[in-house]
Amino acid sequence: MSNALDQIFVTLKHAIVAWFPASWQGLVSALITVAAIIAVFAGLFALTTILERKGLGRIQNRLGPNRVGPFGLLQPVADGLKAMTKEDIVPRAADHIVHFLAPLALVVPVFLALAVVPIGRNMAAIDIDAGLLFFFAVGAATELSVFMAGWSSRNKYSLLGAMRAIAQMISYEVPLILSAVTVVMMVGSLSPVKIVAAQAPDGWMPGWHLFTPWGFAGFLLFLTAATAESNRSPFDLPEGESEIIAGYYIEYSGFKFALFFLGEYIGLFAVSGLAITLFLGGWHAPFAFLEWVPSYAWFFGKLLGLIALFIWIRGTLPRLRMDQLMNFAWKFMLPMSLVNLVTAGVWHFMGAGVARWLVCGVLVAGPYFVLGRSLFEGQKLSKRTYRYAD
Amino acid sequence: MTASFAIIGLLTIAGATAAMSLRNLVHCALALTVAFAGLAALYLQLDAQFVGFAQILVYVGAVAILIVFAVLLTRSSETPGASRLTRAGIWGVAIAVVVFGLLTAMISSSPAVRHPAPPIPAATVRDIGNQLMTKYILPLEIIGLLLTAALIGAVIIAMPEKEAE
Amino acid sequence: MTPLAGYLVLSAMLFAIGLAGALTRRNAILVLIGIELMLNAANLNFIAFWRYGANPEALTGVMFVIFSIGLAAAEAAVGLALIIVAYRHFRTTDVDKMSSMKG
Repeated sequence: MSNALDQIFVTLKHAIVAWFPASWQGLVSALITVAAIIAVFAGLFALTTILERKGLGRIQNRLGPNRVGPFGLLQPVADGLKAMTKEDIVPRAADHIVHFLAPLALVVPVFLALAVVPIGRNMAAIDIDAGLLFFFAVGAATELSVFMAGWSSRNKYSLLGAMRAIAQMISYEVPLILSAVTVVMMVGSLSPVKIVAAQAPDGWMPGWHLFTPWGFAGFLLFLTAATAESNRSPFDLPEGESEIIAGYYIEYSGFKFALFFLGEYIGLFAVSGLAITLFLGGWHAPFAFLEWVPSYAWFFGKLLGLIALFIWIRGTLPRLRMDQLMNFAWKFMLPMSLVNLVTAGVWHFMGAGVARWLVCGVLVAGPYFVLGRSLFEGQKLSKRTYRYAD
Repeated sequence: MTASFAIIGLLTIAGATAAMSLRNLVHCALALTVAFAGLAALYLQLDAQFVGFAQILVYVGAVAILIVFAVLLTRSSETPGASRLTRAGIWGVAIAVVVFGLLTAMISSSPAVRHPAPPIPAATVRDIGNQLMTKYILPLEIIGLLLTAALIGAVIIAMPEKEAE
Repeated sequence: MTPLAGYLVLSAMLFAIGLAGALTRRNAILVLIGIELMLNAANLNFIAFWRYGANPEALTGVMFVIFSIGLAAAEAAVGLALIIVAYRHFRTTDVDKMSSMKG
């Protein structure tokens, strides 16, 4: 019974595809998968915008939007109508073709990246041998859209924001890929489907990579690098409203701005989906006795958890300056990812037992403290004092 | 030839021609990106998936961005181009046409292209990794050394000079 | 025209376009773009011969192209750094003007 519920979407798709003649079946199958991905993740995008605004509002001791619909839940509909009916202003000196293509160059690769993430058992849209490489390749293609947006607007602030954003994205790509490479090394395959299969629970032991020292460090590194890749707070210097007035998005209005917004959030979902696949066990339950819950329910539960974490971090931490950002990437995260790689190797070659937990824990925590201290040395920080409002 | 090969080939050639003939340098760089993407699609058609994805990751994701950064940092997009039908220009195009003619003549007269196509080879990532670790280990180490040297060298070359000039 | 011949002619065309650009254009960055196009044409040639030639299990073509892509990236990085430094010195990226020779 639970298996039928688990595979309900797969059987539904097979039933619809079988309805068509044989020569059309490949095309219909692909169309159904694409439509499902776009529908589900665009719906999740709408939900996330309202969750984010309400969540940030509560963190900042105010209510979020609460006028449209019960508890403000129809706010995304209002936002969508606004975006579609707003006048689309393009500066006269702007490069029209590049200005038009930049939002497309963002949205298409991020939806492509969603295709390799396994959402449930047998529910990865594309199952290729080098799936992880495909994901990072299309992730790298999104940087070009940032440049196109910034340069085509013929606006100095826009260009400056774009160059900062690209520098940030390139710098954080290296720790991102290195933490993923650690997982690939331990599993032995680049295919996300096999990586999820390697994290199956084993009786009372959870098989997730999160519950190993190298997996824990790798997860934190991956999540930090993912926040920076998506230009989200605390790494949103290129687009913070109080900084550079929306950076490379300045000259975009109406639907194109909504497309950029959509692209950013879908990119966030894609990279969270990959974090779940690599470190949080994909669609597996933590313990074997919980496997009766459908696989896609586990995946979306974890995805919503990660989204809540991102919203929490955004509301809590202050923004990083550009030089702090770059120092953090090159002087802390890159050495930590390399140390993590070595730790994973040590974990593999020591036998199972308490010894390897201790050794790997020290191997991960030691450089963390040493590197962290060394980054603070050059600054003369005074003791922190608090002033409370009376 | 299959329709997909014709379309992708046409796109690649169009991108390459645009990259070499447009006036605005940033447009040239973006057309070059289209050519790289077309080439990646051709690699995928030739069943070399790893190479196709590596092409997108390295060329579109890194080399194209390097080129646009260089264009921005040297501010050469405002160069007013003189008419390109100079004598040097015509010689250049003529040499290229002669080279293309020679290559096509060689291709059509060679017996190697008439062999039957072997079945689709399996180039899994595991096989590539095995080959890299056994037969091609020396080139792998050398290219690691070379990439490190290129990284350090590029940073040192482009660092601004310390003394005030 | 066999598939292999089709890919080889396409690669020859790309090479010719890259060569024409590298010989004709005066901007140093465009010369570098031409060189990258020529490298890519050679890569396409390798992969076409790997797919349609003898003994594809040896993966020789794929290996060649992997190393070639890595080398091209390193060469582009160093080449562009040189162009930036030359621009700082000569204040132009025009290769005809980057000459201190007399006569």
